[in-house]
Amino acid sequence: MTTTVENAVCTFCGCLCDDIRVEIENDRIVKAKRACANGRGMFMDYDPTPRKPRVAGKAVSWKQAVKACARILDDAESPLIYGLSSTSTEAQKKTVALADRIGAMIDTTSSVCHGPTGLAMQALGEATCTLGEVANRADLVIFWGCNPAEAHMRHFSRYSLTPKGRLVPEGRKDRTVWGVDVRPTKTSRMVDHFIQIDPGSDYEVLTTLRAMLKGYRIEAEQIGGVPLTQLTELAHAMKTCRFGAVCMGMGLTMTRGRDLNVRELFALVADLNSQTRFSVVPMRGHSNVAGADQVMTWQTGYPFAVSFAKGYPVYGPGEFTAVDVLARKEADAALIIASDPAAHFPRKAAAYLETIPTIVLDPEENLTARTAEIFLPTACAGIDASGTFYRMDNISIHAQAVVASGRPTDQDILQDIMEAMQT
Amino acid sequence: MIGIINGRVYDPCNGIDGKVRDIWVKDGRIVSPAEVDRSAADIIDADGMVVMPGGVDIHSHIAGGKVNAGRKMRPDDSRGHERPSRELSQSPRVYTRSGTGRSVASTFKTAYDYVEMGYTTVMEGASPPLMARHTHEEFEDIPILDKGGYILMGNNHFIMDCIRRNEKEKARDYVAWLLGATKGFGIKIVNPGGVENFKYKQNVTDLDDKVIGFDVTPRRILETLSWINDELGLPHVPHIHGLNLGLNGNADITAETLIAMTGREAHFTHLQFMSYGGEMGKPVRSAAEVTARVVNANPNITVDVGQVVFGDTTTMTADGPVQYRLHALTGNKWFNDDVEAETGGGVTPCVYRKSNPFNAVQWLVGLELFLLIEDPWRVYLTTDHPNGGPFTCYPQVIRMLMDRDFRMQAFEGISKLARKNALLPELDREYSLYEIAIITRAGTAKRIGLDWKGHLGVGADADITVYADMEDREAMFARPRYVFKDGVLVARDGQIVCERPGQTVYVSPDYDTAIEKEVRRHIEDNYTIAFEHYAVSEKELSNGRQVACKP
Amino acid sequence: MLNQFILITGRTSKQAIGMHKGKHSETYRQAVVRAEMSGPDMERLGLSEGQCVRIVNDSGRVEMPVFMANLPDGMLFIPMGPEANRLIGTDTQGKGMPSYKGQKVEVETI
Repeated sequence: MTTTVENAVCTFCGCLCDDIRVEIENDRIVKAKRACANGRGMFMDYDPTPRKPRVAGKAVSWKQAVKACARILDDAESPLIYGLSSTSTEAQKKTVALADRIGAMIDTTSSVCHGPTGLAMQALGEATCTLGEVANRADLVIFWGCNPAEAHMRHFSRYSLTPKGRLVPEGRKDRTVWGVDVRPTKTSRMVDHFIQIDPGSDYEVLTTLRAMLKGYRIEAEQIGGVPLTQLTELAHAMKTCRFGAVCMGMGLTMTRGRDLNVRELFALVADLNSQTRFSVVPMRGHSNVAGADQVMTWQTGYPFAVSFAKGYPVYGPGEFTAVDVLARKEADAALIIASDPAAHFPRKAAAYLETIPTIVLDPEENLTARTAEIFLPTACAGIDASGTFYRMDNISIHAQAVVASGRPTDQDILQDIMEAMQT
Repeated sequence: MIGIINGRVYDPCNGIDGKVRDIWVKDGRIVSPAEVDRSAADIIDADGMVVMPGGVDIHSHIAGGKVNAGRKMRPDDSRGHERPSRELSQSPRVYTRSGTGRSVASTFKTAYDYVEMGYTTVMEGASPPLMARHTHEEFEDIPILDKGGYILMGNNHFIMDCIRRNEKEKARDYVAWLLGATKGFGIKIVNPGGVENFKYKQNVTDLDDKVIGFDVTPRRILETLSWINDELGLPHVPHIHGLNLGLNGNADITAETLIAMTGREAHFTHLQFMSYGGEMGKPVRSAAEVTARVVNANPNITVDVGQVVFGDTTTMTADGPVQYRLHALTGNKWFNDDVEAETGGGVTPCVYRKSNPFNAVQWLVGLELFLLIEDPWRVYLTTDHPNGGPFTCYPQVIRMLMDRDFRMQAFEGISKLARKNALLPELDREYSLYEIAIITRAGTAKRIGLDWKGHLGVGADADITVYADMEDREAMFARPRYVFKDGVLVARDGQIVCERPGQTVYVSPDYDTAIEKEVRRHIEDNYTIAFEHYAVSEKELSNGRQVACKP
Repeated sequence: MLNQFILITGRTSKQAIGMHKGKHSETYRQAVVRAEMSGPDMERLGLSEGQCVRIVNDSGRVEMPVFMANLPDGMLFIPMGPEANRLIGTDTQGKGMPSYKGQKVEVETI
């Protein structure tokens, strides 16, 4: 028998598409209509069959596994908690509570994603808007160092490129679209004007645009490998639009300059608001990574990179960010939740995790789980667990589970661990 | 069971002005002495102490998207304002949560700071409907306190479309639906039409200006929403932040707006920011007399002050253009968030300086309003937290109101320019404890529409604050001896002793369900989320309390 | 140096889809164990489509097949994943973020 769930929420990426029609047969999802290739993969390749936790290579009961986790955390003097992007805010809240309780360092996948965007926001603020404002109003859209065609596949059709809105009734025709990147991508094929800049030159190009908009004459013939005429055209488009939006991604945060690149973009956008209306849309990547920022911030005051070692939250990007903590071998135990640092951290940082007692909570046995002391196969938030997620523009949506779960949720297990602990 | 005996009780709702009375508590409520077995009751001897209902804040920004953006943007506000986690003597083992922040404190710290100051109920001043879920998620992490949220409607596309088409009944049904869907408590109006116009880099400056694309005016938005408020019989009245906030000479438009509400009940929030004289480009002066006179003459109006307190704080409002202007003026960092089809808003840090003539006048305006508005039941203590300053400064403001010498000492320290021709020195009024009880709990609870709060009569929630009667009213109100929430001792001598969840109050007015079809179409056409995902369900509130409407 | 490249790592849809098949799956391995460079660079280095190369820098070395793509000359693209990360150093410049984009690497033919 096939059952159908309408308007299911896809919790794979920061788009949080909430119009998915899911078909289920024998407790397995067989169709995910309207989902993109990435989302379809999430829905259809997930096997919700309950699995036993694994401790030191052996399958054990949940009770035994929880006890083993509690022992590791009780014994740790300097534990690191990391991850949080692919789970619900309910689980995130519980994770921060655990960190608070045990005096852990806690960091989220923001630090290797839009962490630098957060740092820029702390320096300058951020002029932003919800995605519906882009869909309803934006007559100029710029994709800078991001590639939604591969990473946020339905961003174009739902939010930024083709939707028809109150002020852009003709959709794509009413929008001028620019792309800026160091290489041609699937996204750059979709834009009206593509500017290819030299790797590592975002800052110079952004500064040049700011200078132009402030009326300074630029004498160089090209900046960052871009002919000045092209930048003049872009600057003109920016100041003459009615409502502009610049979607930005890892092209700015992962290169030389990091937060300084983003700062320069944020400054440009703030400047533009003296002439017209302009917003920046950070293309938050994974699932609920925006929610991780939100929960960390409302519970601790800081979005990521927090240590509770003193009994209260202390903020330290570069100090308490996971890559740094692992590279310096400062953690003596780790709890990894809803992320896979072994796949996504520099090899040397990931390798250190293999040398300390590590606990992994994840629906799938990912690369980190494979070498971890303890693996806890929890439910997948959005598929067999319900929960709240924040979209890349910080609109939150409650995702109802689409299949029945035989697995515990992250928050249930975290609660059990806290109760089993001595300290 | 608890008895708080021998205390001097200030319970203005029941006309008790400093009489020695015993207060009895059972099952979280105030009960009559006959219902209590005294031998089994915990007795607090409050001899020589002052007993009041728990504080009730009518307008404060404590939760939601803007507040959290403020927290994130300001690690500088967190540093140096840390609160460690602490083990409580509860069983099973309970720890308070650690936190940080002063003007934009983290959620748990916000709750503890309020409770330790004797407050037990706080209303969040402005939540965009689309972000109501976020507000409620933060409420869940604000323990002990009861709270509720006002929902922003003054720039809502559906409502403005209805007004243009003269379909006010449809707007009424939509508002009813929206309040239920957002689990909100009341209608909030912020710079009606001006926030929408800011999306075109414009604003409104007059009640009859046009809202771009809608052919409606701020006046009609105000009229319609206040009519709807009556029709639905909401517990609270329309909660209004008017036009031209923070601008020289805005007192005239504020007075006009107050008068425009003749015949309807309305609450005007942070009147201080709306009561300036002078012209743009010239020195600002206080026009507290202008707006206070109108308030005094119109019993349908209540206000909270939004007192400025000197020092560092964070400003935040749904009034997007105000925040942009402040950013452009000060060069301070600026957060802005335009919200589809509904509203906008921004955040900017700010330092109020005694030596700055504008800031000094703002400070004067607030105090003058408190002292000029005659009926304490119609003027409430707020700092529009954190806009005028953090709520933790309430005790300082209370002392200013109760102690003329203290006030004048502060006055001598402000900008000379601001002191020139100031009215404040002529105002001799000093608030009594009874009046303080009105402006901080009795009056606010009544106006919010929480009949079971703000008083100590039989049946009321046993939210009770006991203060040592000290001459230094600031010290007295900063650290109550005992704070009870629902009859449970939650703070003693200014320190949390028990953590427990608080309630979230909300309304869910009846409406003609035919509207849902249109709302669905509106959301499909104008939003990027599905109709099915818009509403916050009851299940998402772990401790919700629906308050009845009286249409 | 003729064989010096600037390494850009990044998300691809194949990498994301491979993830759902499991990070131990062949689909994932194929999606993340591959490098891309421009046609002229391939020609210059005498490489044919799918030929294995060794990529080296201070952080590590990997061997993987290389494919032609529409990229600027001098740029090497590898999808984000454990292989690319052998070439990523742990220096975050005090910000928490490693240089996932813009590291220098050398490509050696095997």
